Amino acid sequence: MSEAATRDVVEDTARNSYGRLIAFLAARSGDVAGAEDALSDAFVAALERWPQDGVPEKPEAWLLHVARNRLIDAARRHQVRQNSEMFLQQIAEEAQAVAERHDHFPDERLKLLFVCAHPAIDIAARTPLMLQIVLCLDAARIASAFLVSPAAMGQRLVRAKNKIRDAVIPCRAPDPPEWNERVSFVLDAIYSSYTAGWDSLNEAGSTLHALAADAITLGRTLVQLMPAEPEAQGLLALMLHCEARRAARYSTNGEFVPLDQQDTALWSRLMIDEAERHLRSAATFKRMGRYQLEAAIQSIHANRAISGEIDWPEIVLLYEGLVQLAPGIGSLVGRAVALAQAGNLAAGFAALEEIPAERTVNYQPYWAARGHLLQLLNKNDEAQKAFTRAASLTDDPALRDYLFKRSAEVI
Amino acid sequence: MKYALLVHQSQEQFDKRDNAAAMAAGRAYSEALQAAGVFVGGAGLESPQATTTVSIRDGKRQVHDGPYAETKEFLAGFGIIDVPDLDAALEWAARHPAAAFASVEVRPLLGSHFAVGGGKPS
Repeated sequence: MSEAATRDVVEDTARNSYGRLIAFLAARSGDVAGAEDALSDAFVAALERWPQDGVPEKPEAWLLHVARNRLIDAARRHQVRQNSEMFLQQIAEEAQAVAERHDHFPDERLKLLFVCAHPAIDIAARTPLMLQIVLCLDAARIASAFLVSPAAMGQRLVRAKNKIRDAVIPCRAPDPPEWNERVSFVLDAIYSSYTAGWDSLNEAGSTLHALAADAITLGRTLVQLMPAEPEAQGLLALMLHCEARRAARYSTNGEFVPLDQQDTALWSRLMIDEAERHLRSAATFKRMGRYQLEAAIQSIHANRAISGEIDWPEIVLLYEGLVQLAPGIGSLVGRAVALAQAGNLAAGFAALEEIPAERTVNYQPYWAARGHLLQLLNKNDEAQKAFTRAASLTDDPALRDYLFKRSAEVI
Repeated sequence: MKYALLVHQSQEQFDKRDNAAAMAAGRAYSEALQAAGVFVGGAGLESPQATTTVSIRDGKRQVHDGPYAETKEFLAGFGIIDVPDLDAALEWAARHPAAAFASVEVRPLLGSHFAVGGGKPS
């Protein structure tokens, strides 16, 4: 096999198996950074050896074997012998067993996701950790997506991995009493990378756009890894519904287009269908949750492509459920707007007024919603002020232009 | 894996600890640690007013009254437990009677970095 062809095989193996191999090693050693070092040495060895010796029948087992030898070397170098022999022996035996079996290499990435989103890990490091060790993204790309310098991101990741090792954060899926809370940390970390990739930027192929796509990949992986968790499907459905509208969010001139005025022909039917499939499947578990409710709200908006209408009363009901489960500022504002759109303008405005001022002070959607409702109430002076305030709180130039336009229109 | 549970309290919280209920809760907690076989050691500490700080600089011993630094919260007690991993340590920290009103810092003891999940340190 030519060197280029072998390189392709090695890269394929890295893409498909990197997360699994890290998970396998880290679940046994408790040391993510050590597993990464050992594994990257193993991949370097593969690039050297496979062109001459041929690609082994079980590439993962071969890589594990080499990685294990590297771990032994590292243990000797650092003279941390206690305990390490036991687990290195264990890895050797299991790697052997994996090599002899005919089924697929075990997938323990779920454990890794729980480690990455452990409450003892800095919240700002959770999503970057997932992207790096589960999806194998490089630190520079993660850094640019999170708008920090590569050096700062590198440091954040190193600190988190040291914490995993030094504090002995266990690499396992939590048991039932803890399950729901711990799952929500995993879901929230994935969703935050989606929203970071969603907000502000429209450029196709930008790093933020890529981050949203990575979040969806993580969401799909999560659904595979926990098929019986309806909230994982709810999250995936939510992200897919939002992603389906990417092309419709801005006009060809780059102007911001609000959701209820988007051209539904520009929505991705494929993604909407996938979202709906997951939402239906989640519903069969009869365990409602925050992400399923949010996805259901987006599903009603998506239905406008078929019915031409938005069922606002249904959206109100879903928001009522959502504010019970997750009274975040986003759901409180969404509920107020839905009430107004459903015809109950006074109740909608009252709901806005009930939100404590300290939560709304820097929250752009609140001021945009407030402007909209004040305009419907014919309080044009106040509406104008609210739209201006909203415009000053966004970092998206197109949205800022749109809000200033709304502000100018009400005078 | 050994962890230190470090109880940090303000003066106000510290002053309230010498009542019968608080002392009974402390005793019950340490008995529970021992019954579970995870207790290595620990103690409550006297107030910072009883503290003396020692350092050696330029070969000279320096002794001064009071803690190293004046802070709002100070170390009021510590325990050392031996459990398989951080989750187990956090669970014991959450059961500490002081966790309800003060805070309990969970810090691994320096040593076995290579401690295997589920394994006992040698």
